[in-house]
Amino acid sequence: MITVLYFARLREGLGRGQEQLALPAAVRDVEGVRALLRARGGQWQQELAPGTAVRAAVNQAVAAGDTPVADGDEVAFFPPVTGG
Amino acid sequence: MTVRIQTADFDVSAEIAALRRGRPAIGAVASFIGVVRDVNEGSKVAGMTLEHYPGMTEKAIEEIVSQAQARWSALDTLVIHRVGRLNPADQIVLVVVASAHRGDAFAACEFIMDYLKTRAPFWKKEETGGGTRWVEARESDDIAAGRWRLKG
Repeated sequence: MITVLYFARLREGLGRGQEQLALPAAVRDVEGVRALLRARGGQWQQELAPGTAVRAAVNQAVAAGDTPVADGDEVAFFPPVTGG
Repeated sequence: MTVRIQTADFDVSAEIAALRRGRPAIGAVASFIGVVRDVNEGSKVAGMTLEHYPGMTEKAIEEIVSQAQARWSALDTLVIHRVGRLNPADQIVLVVVASAHRGDAFAACEFIMDYLKTRAPFWKKEETGGGTRWVEARESDDIAAGRWRLKG
């Protein structure tokens, strides 16, 4: 299992802030998790569509599409940041 | 280095006094205060709510401050960022850098702010006459952070 977190516009668009997700053996990186979620269709397909500005973190560090994801990890998806 | 994420307001004078106390080697203190504006993208803003990613926020800011300390000679650094609901004219963020001389303090303070704007996981949701809207990231912020990239 991995923990997946969603923030800001994504949290609202997807209707949840957090979930536990079983990690299929074929899914090994951030892009794989994003594709797995997108396959749910509807809002998931829309909010996580390729080309939309979605950032990711693995275990609270900024991640790229090819950043590895393993069982027990915390993966987060969020829009570009707007603090300060 | 001190990094605090809080809902409460902060007292700039008290924070700087606390940072300087008992540190006679400090010869320069640079500070930046970010404030909520009442207008953005042509709309009147009645207030905003700041969301963040607890845990990652602190780590991201600590990493930014560490990078600043590796490039400039800072004797101490303080970053306070507020979250939750804020009104126009409220203080959002405080960055204080203390050093022996002003050059290091000015540069490190600006670097920390520019990197915080593009790397620390905060998101603003504004209240306007037409409802609420998530603030979009600005390309100018990426350009500002990019200026600090080391050449070669």
